[in-house]
Amino acid sequence: MSEQPKPEKQTGAAILTQCLVEQGVEFVFGYPGGAVLPIYDELFGHEGLRHILVRHEAGAAHAAEGYARATGKPGVVLVTSGPGATNAVTGIADAFMDSIPMVVITGQVPTALIGTDAFQEADTVGITRHCTKHNYLVKDPADLAATIEEAFRIASTGRPGPVVVDIPKDVQIAVPSMSRASKLTASHRYAPQMAASPEQIIEAIEMIEQAERPVLYTGGGVINSGPEASELLRRFQDITGAPVTSTLMGLGCFPNTHPDWLGMLGMHGTFEANMAMNRCDVMVCIGARFDDRVTGRLDAFSPDSKKIHIDIDRSSINKNVPVDLGIVGDCATVLGQMIEAWGDRRAQDLGEWKARIAGWRARECLAYPDKSKKNPQAIMPQKAVERLYALTHERSPIITTEVGQHQMWAAQYFGFDKPNKWLTSGGLGTMGYGMPAAIGAQLGHPDALVIDIAGEASIQMNIQELGTASQYRLPIKVFILNNEYMGMVRQWQELTYESRYSNSYSDSLPDFVALAEAYGWKGIRIQGNDELDAGIEAMLAHDGPVIVDCCVAQDANCLPMIPSGAAHTEMLLYGDQVEGTMDDEAKALV
Amino acid sequence: MKIKSAASERHVLNVTVDNEPGILAKITGLFTARGYNIDSLTVADISDDHAISRITVVTNGPPEVIDQIEAQLERLVPVHGVSDLTTAGPHVERELALIKVAGTGDKRVEALRVADIFRASVVDTTTESFVFELTGAPDKIDSFIALMRNLGLVEVGRSGVVGMIRGATGA
Repeated sequence: MSEQPKPEKQTGAAILTQCLVEQGVEFVFGYPGGAVLPIYDELFGHEGLRHILVRHEAGAAHAAEGYARATGKPGVVLVTSGPGATNAVTGIADAFMDSIPMVVITGQVPTALIGTDAFQEADTVGITRHCTKHNYLVKDPADLAATIEEAFRIASTGRPGPVVVDIPKDVQIAVPSMSRASKLTASHRYAPQMAASPEQIIEAIEMIEQAERPVLYTGGGVINSGPEASELLRRFQDITGAPVTSTLMGLGCFPNTHPDWLGMLGMHGTFEANMAMNRCDVMVCIGARFDDRVTGRLDAFSPDSKKIHIDIDRSSINKNVPVDLGIVGDCATVLGQMIEAWGDRRAQDLGEWKARIAGWRARECLAYPDKSKKNPQAIMPQKAVERLYALTHERSPIITTEVGQHQMWAAQYFGFDKPNKWLTSGGLGTMGYGMPAAIGAQLGHPDALVIDIAGEASIQMNIQELGTASQYRLPIKVFILNNEYMGMVRQWQELTYESRYSNSYSDSLPDFVALAEAYGWKGIRIQGNDELDAGIEAMLAHDGPVIVDCCVAQDANCLPMIPSGAAHTEMLLYGDQVEGTMDDEAKALV
Repeated sequence: MKIKSAASERHVLNVTVDNEPGILAKITGLFTARGYNIDSLTVADISDDHAISRITVVTNGPPEVIDQIEAQLERLVPVHGVSDLTTAGPHVERELALIKVAGTGDKRVEALRVADIFRASVVDTTTESFVFELTGAPDKIDSFIALMRNLGLVEVGRSGVVGMIRGATGA
């Protein structure tokens, strides 16, 4: 700051905005504050960058995630120091768990004040160290351009993830010194391995060729690898004939309408998917990470199978489940290699295997009771999601969710046949994700139908973002399955704590219709089965944001379910007893 | 409710990293966050331009955990590479210790005699104390310290292990 800026020299803030433009950034999701004022001044009237003013920094991070997940491009967040940064941490941790590309610019107190407990100072780099893929504190404007370039490259290549760039206020104002060229200019570090070795490819396809009971276990890595990976997965399935299941994060990478689609697997997955995982002889895991929600009890997980694991992150391989063949590489690249190497091989006759699967399918594990015991007139939440799917799927909507029962019902009863249409907080399980994510997705796809399937508890965690959607005239739809309970908590209390509903009742709920109207949205309440279709049609007909308060059965539980500590073969199905208690071993599991 | 534990083995890992602010916190934080153990840790920059540091971590855990530690370390952007000396084959491990011993008479003479046997050198002395400098494998230093306990041991400082593969090639 001691130097007078010459007219042709750019300040740190100007360098930053120019770098963002060069990276192809369209939207910056942010909230101003003292330590980012120089950057906000650059954004004033900026023609290339559109700033989306959220109502809370948590909303900015989730909106950037939604944008990234829906478009495949990195989301960009801009927040101030201290509370601005700490409020964004949940979204950063969420993006880290779900491998979402995101660049978060945080303001910091001036370099001379760092470490003095200055006003709105927080150790942002320290706080975000373990929930980012990488982070930086930029202490010299000369390093800024190279840092931003590397930040975007790290966020969006390899296994994607969030990158934080913390910029002190004086660095935003200062002009880089001529004499000090950045030592970072030629950054070539970080080069993820994309392709597998030919030997590994041959070994993999020979295992698959000889398999009598193969299953493809796919995950979010297929989505992250880009739409091409989903196309290649379909081709690979076509030549091998193997049935396909997917994790929560992978929904959409394989069409739900395909006869070999098994549905989602795991804790609330389908009976057929979990049984196929348990009984298969060759499992091909593509871009998934053997999460505890997927595996159930580890020592009973798919005991007789040979396992192939394709993942761009070497640390995912053999982390939870030892595999026979680990392949480090990008899903699309490796699937392409496998298709090429497959040539005109023929898969085994899978008729017997598919007949067994048909037997499991015949259990109709998603067939829910047609009415609630407590209130027979009430809409079953599963039915609400089914009707929402039936009335919207032709428009290929983008669905976001919050976290809880409604999320699982959306995963089970809403069908996805394309990638980037399903945006949910899988790894971290963040309530309050859905509405800001819908805002980000709608900005990325202005003409798409974007629906947040929500619960009445989750939606209140970032309810303030109603204002953001109003301000930018985003016609998002929030479809609340309102059962007046934190339903998943209530369900677990029934399973493990003899139905002692400790603090899981959603008391003092707002009138969601009045709340919608207060923000200039349309509010619709659906109270009975006869109003369901009309309510959904009215939501779709309104050219603007809508909250639908869909009052559903309060006692409905989300099944099928693998209880904590159980194996894939020990699913609870509709009709099973779901009330009681568990031993401490099971209680200790999450 | 039982808390499970598994049989551990000791491994020496060499980690080369970009010498940038926060890298040590990133590495040690990774160990705490994922519940891995650190028995010792040394770090110093090793290149002319101070751009690269070498970190030697002695850790212990079951083989699959050791494999995960290496994978998790390699996942960090500033980490160039991890080599596991324990699995790589013959290697040397050395540690430096400073050991202060106070005493007079027979104990003082005996301390000096033991130091001679261990090839420890005296780097500071008063009429009633010595500071010994000793380099060697960790178990040699352990033995020396054990002997000094009866001879007036005052304090011990140890550097932690650094290690290197034997032979002409680098790791």
